[in-house]
Amino acid sequence: MTIPLNSKLFDTDVEQAPIRAGFGEGLVLAGRADERVVAMCCDLTESTKMDAFAKEFPKRFFEMGIMEQSSVSVASGMAAMGKIPFVSSYAMFSPGRSWEQIRTTICYNDRPVKLVGSHAGISVGPDGGTHQAVEDMAITRVLPNMVVLCPCDSIEARKATLAMAKTTKPTYIRLAREKTPIVTNEDTPFEIGKAQEYFRTESPKVGIIACGGLVYNALMAAKQLQEEGINTVVLNMATIKPLDRDAVIALAKECGAIVSVEEHQVAGGLGSAIAEVLAVEHPTKMAFIGVHDKFGQSGTPTELIEHYGMGISHIKEAIKKLI
Amino acid sequence: MNCQHDDKTKFLEEKALEIRKSIIEMLVEAKSGHTAGPLGMTDIFTAFYFHILKQDPKNPTWEERDRVVLSNGHICPVLYATMAHAGYFPIEELKTLRKFGSRLQGHPHREFLPMLETSSGPLGSGLSQAVGMALVDRLDRGQNTNRTVYCFVGDGELNEGQNWEAIMLAGKEKLHNLVAIVDRNNIQIDGYTENVMPLEPIAMKWASFGWHVLEINGHNMSEIINAVDTARAVFEKPSVIIAHTIPGKGVDMFQNDPKWHGNPPNKEQGANALAELRTLGGQIESEHQ
Repeated sequence: MTIPLNSKLFDTDVEQAPIRAGFGEGLVLAGRADERVVAMCCDLTESTKMDAFAKEFPKRFFEMGIMEQSSVSVASGMAAMGKIPFVSSYAMFSPGRSWEQIRTTICYNDRPVKLVGSHAGISVGPDGGTHQAVEDMAITRVLPNMVVLCPCDSIEARKATLAMAKTTKPTYIRLAREKTPIVTNEDTPFEIGKAQEYFRTESPKVGIIACGGLVYNALMAAKQLQEEGINTVVLNMATIKPLDRDAVIALAKECGAIVSVEEHQVAGGLGSAIAEVLAVEHPTKMAFIGVHDKFGQSGTPTELIEHYGMGISHIKEAIKKLI
Repeated sequence: MNCQHDDKTKFLEEKALEIRKSIIEMLVEAKSGHTAGPLGMTDIFTAFYFHILKQDPKNPTWEERDRVVLSNGHICPVLYATMAHAGYFPIEELKTLRKFGSRLQGHPHREFLPMLETSSGPLGSGLSQAVGMALVDRLDRGQNTNRTVYCFVGDGELNEGQNWEAIMLAGKEKLHNLVAIVDRNNIQIDGYTENVMPLEPIAMKWASFGWHVLEINGHNMSEIINAVDTARAVFEKPSVIIAHTIPGKGVDMFQNDPKWHGNPPNKEQGANALAELRTLGGQIESEHQ
């Protein structure tokens, strides 16, 4: 381990918490630290974990009803008046439905609106494909001025929320609904735009770059491969944009092969962002773990992660093929 | 008093004439852009920038200023021309409209012209932004705020569902510091609004969402100014001023014809239009005739 992580990370009884819960805690702390922070939600206040903020700062919380397109534009107007607005919904609805409004009223104006997409990824589970956003990072990543964050656990989500409240840039943060293992601890560093190395074995042959809840699967795969004599490095790439290009290039040069791991379409997400850098700077063999041009469906998170090829075994398999 | 009032009206009418000339000149020079909407809204913009607005053209970020959101960004020639005549930037710069490197982008972009409150072009999102501004104004200043947020909206633009989201929210929040002005000129690109997508009864629709509704002749300076005064005096609700305007107002050829929505006059048409404006200055409905 090169940096401090949850000491129980590789134990079978590793603690679990929803990533969105960390956002809720972070928003309250951000609200206490800066009175310019305001929040608005589209009829999903408890689901997106804005309820604690709404309770503590009732005047600074706005219930918008089910209107994602208007809400992000209202937030732009609030930012124009000096506020730092957080707008939350399910990722499928915002940035999903509200994309053009995000482009024109927020990014085109370079307003510090903070977009919160909860229930992202197929691990939403039983709700089915309509509610499983696996395109959100692609559509936010292509917008100039936008910062895109995808924290790996609830602790990192809290840190990311506090960090994004302090920047002047439009920012999208991607959250997941279900409980996922706690990977980090209070001392794990987080910085927007910086990859963090969570796992390393000597003379690595493959570099794994992961984001979101699947960082845990990437780490488990790396650990199991180590026992099989296959050495790897795992980077947590919690910032999809701006991508930590230096870290990506250095890892590619060191390992000679890269696997990207994300709960998102492989088109347009983290893997694409990495490939865009490497194709120019250091062409490297890659494998892409993620959803391959499919919609989701109902099921348990585990069933779906396995069905769509994002389980620990799939990551291991991809790595072995690359060697 | 009456005499002063008449002087003011006359002054505004003369200003509007100058601004109409600038609009035609800049469109001829740009060789693209929208003609009908800008000419139809010239009297209203003139009234705002030369009488109504709390503003400081030399200090456009003055915190106490009223906020102006132009939702239908395609009528920006009238915004640019009025702002230039009001002293925000040199009138000469109007000739750069839609040219490479110009601050006067084809649709407003505040990264190029930071004195704008927002960028716009894709229809239907201005009112939501104005609602956001009004909410913050009330949060920071309370009920007795002395700033007003004005949002200019096109009538065809009301086809966009997002407007009705914003209208619903403003009604819920009883935003008395918000005034919307609808350019009711009855045209949109594909034809007359009531054929493309009927808006009537437009006043009842706004009223049913909790707005105070005023209807005016959008070419009559006194009506424009009085309506805004009334709107600002309404303390329980947001207000909407439905301004009946003639698209292309001032030039016969441009008036009431949807084909002039999105086309500029060529050089010859522009020269004819300018000549008509010069000789028929009184065609702008005047209270002096």
